[in-house]
Amino acid sequence: MASIDISAVKKIYAGNVTAIHNLDLTIPDGELVVLVGPSGCGKSTLLRMIAGLETITEGTVSIDEQVVNKKEPAERDIAMVFQNYALYPHMSVRGNLEYGLKNRGTPRDEIDRRVAEAARILEIEPFLDRRPRQLSGGQRQRVAMGRAIVRKPKAFLFDEPLSNLDAKLRGQMRIEIKRLQRSLKTTSVYVTHDQLEAMTLADRLVVMNAGRIEQVGAPIELYERPATLFVAGFIGSPPMNLIEVDYLRGRGDDLKLPEGTDLCGVRPDTIQVADPGEPSVRLDATIELYEPIGGESHLHLRLEGSGQLIVAAVPARTAVVEGATIPLFVRIADLHPFNRDSGRRTD
Amino acid sequence: MQTKRTIFPNKVLPYLLLVPQLAVTLVFFIWPALQAVKSSFEREDPFGFKTTFVWFENYRRLFADPNYLGSLSKTAVFATSVTVLAMSVSLLLAVAVSRVLRTSRLYTTLLVWPYAVAPVVVGVLWWFMFNPTIGIAPYILRGFGVDWNHRVDGVDAMLLVVMAASWKQISYNFLFFVAGLQSIPQSLIEAAAIDGAGPFKRFWTIVFPLLSPTTFFLLIININYAMFDTFGIIDATTQGGPAQATNVLVYKVYSDGFLGLNIGSSSAQSVILMIVVIALTAVQFRYVERRVQY
Ligand SMILES: Nc1ncnc2c1ncn2[C@@H]1O[C@H](COP(=O)(O)OP(=O)(O)OP(=O)(O)O)[C@@H](O)[C@H]1O
Ligand SMILES: [Mg+2]
Repeated sequence: MASIDISAVKKIYAGNVTAIHNLDLTIPDGELVVLVGPSGCGKSTLLRMIAGLETITEGTVSIDEQVVNKKEPAERDIAMVFQNYALYPHMSVRGNLEYGLKNRGTPRDEIDRRVAEAARILEIEPFLDRRPRQLSGGQRQRVAMGRAIVRKPKAFLFDEPLSNLDAKLRGQMRIEIKRLQRSLKTTSVYVTHDQLEAMTLADRLVVMNAGRIEQVGAPIELYERPATLFVAGFIGSPPMNLIEVDYLRGRGDDLKLPEGTDLCGVRPDTIQVADPGEPSVRLDATIELYEPIGGESHLHLRLEGSGQLIVAAVPARTAVVEGATIPLFVRIADLHPFNRDSGRRTD
Repeated sequence: MQTKRTIFPNKVLPYLLLVPQLAVTLVFFIWPALQAVKSSFEREDPFGFKTTFVWFENYRRLFADPNYLGSLSKTAVFATSVTVLAMSVSLLLAVAVSRVLRTSRLYTTLLVWPYAVAPVVVGVLWWFMFNPTIGIAPYILRGFGVDWNHRVDGVDAMLLVVMAASWKQISYNFLFFVAGLQSIPQSLIEAAAIDGAGPFKRFWTIVFPLLSPTTFFLLIININYAMFDTFGIIDATTQGGPAQATNVLVYKVYSDGFLGLNIGSSSAQSVILMIVVIALTAVQFRYVERRVQY
């Protein structure tokens, strides 16, 4: 167990590609941090620098208060779960689990004990003597997890470990990973671009964009108070609507917004069809499309006047007709004020 | 294995298309092979006037002939040395090249060149370099106190043909090893590195086992090459000498048949060689085509 400190880290690949710009991040002992962001934003690069699979161009990475920049991956005492699992195809499941322990000269009885324990926790005992190719995707995933936990490393690093599984299995494994991490209390860094995975797994969520951190915080904090337009658009589904302040002024109650606000974010689920009886703005919009998705329904709306398209999430059985123009209400307290040029929140 | 089937509307056309290939095979391979089998059971008088059917007499004599048995053991030494040398050097080069990614294309191109050189030219090249009177290598070796003379010393001669034959085969092996190495996912190597295996351990516990299909394929190919495809090299360097020291089977077939004019014995020898090829090919089909191990 250990904390991980990333301090002023920069990564420039051959050919002058800057993948990470001056990044700082501290991961306290036992925490599960999720790195999320669009493809190519540098998540894997950051993870691989922690693992020692990629050199660090500038700055320092410390694990357990020791700078590890110059250390080989083996000396860092971390375990990594790869997207394609990277199981050794010519070894049995048992061989895969034992490999890291054998390399470290663990005594035989200790190896057997740890393998048995990991196999029990992950319920892979029946497959111990099979080869990886004789396993299903989900079973392989468990073996990959097993290989990480038998070593009892200082930290787990996950690079999109669930992205090769189908939706149902992904949900199960997600819960299992969370449970496992809770009980082992091993510091973990988890990379994904699946929002649901990010929101549910993270103790702390790190949103990255183009090699920089946009915002760090508890998932719910990021959802409720996105610090930048990027985070506002990235977290939440359907994404937040962004409406010009000029359009909102004069519609409904008096707007008192912080200095410099020119855009307002509106979460689809804060748009209401009935007047909430609190200070709110009133928007009139034409329903272009009505999408029932079960627990709620999505309305695709065109705002009167500006013609902007927005999305509202309303209770499932809201009685509306496509093509009708209806009044909509958003509480002023639910508006997220932003400045377009700086891309930042203004309150 | 899934095979693609093409349906020809015309029933005759597919056979017609096969005819040229079949004809070539028949005229240049099957027919001479059958001839060899036939004459291996015959004895011809020295002037070629009369042949008599002698059953297995030629084979019996062969296995009673100390020269042939000597040649058999020379062949074993030669084929093993060439295979081991050519494969280990090429594997070493392939591993080295796949480590330096940026210039690997250049190295690969350069390393493949020897394969384009005809066997006799390879032989002449090495003969020249190791020529005891004018060659550069003996001159340098003399500086180290080694007296090189493959015209007199059987061991030197064997070393020379082994080097020459391996040199030519290295490029071929190298290409296959490079391709084999590239097909091993990088993430496996990375996982092993995280699992605490150093470069050597990674190579022997991960890379080498995963390369085994390639290695096995090359093993068969190299044995085949050393046993049957090295005539030109031997002819250009040692001609089987000195004192039979490098008279391997494939060269002995030629020298007995064309120089010694003992067609019956030579044919029997080539039939034995054929049986070895067939056996090796069968092994190859059985294990390589069905993939090795994992
Ligand atoms: N070996 C490399 N050489 C040069 N550039 C690289 C290399 N690896 C990654 N990059 C570049 O660095 C940037 C970050 O890549 P990275 O793999 O970290 O993205 P990512 O966030 O993991 O994306 P994804 O979600 O698609 O996996 C990208 O622009 C990528 O093109
Ligand atoms: Mg990635």
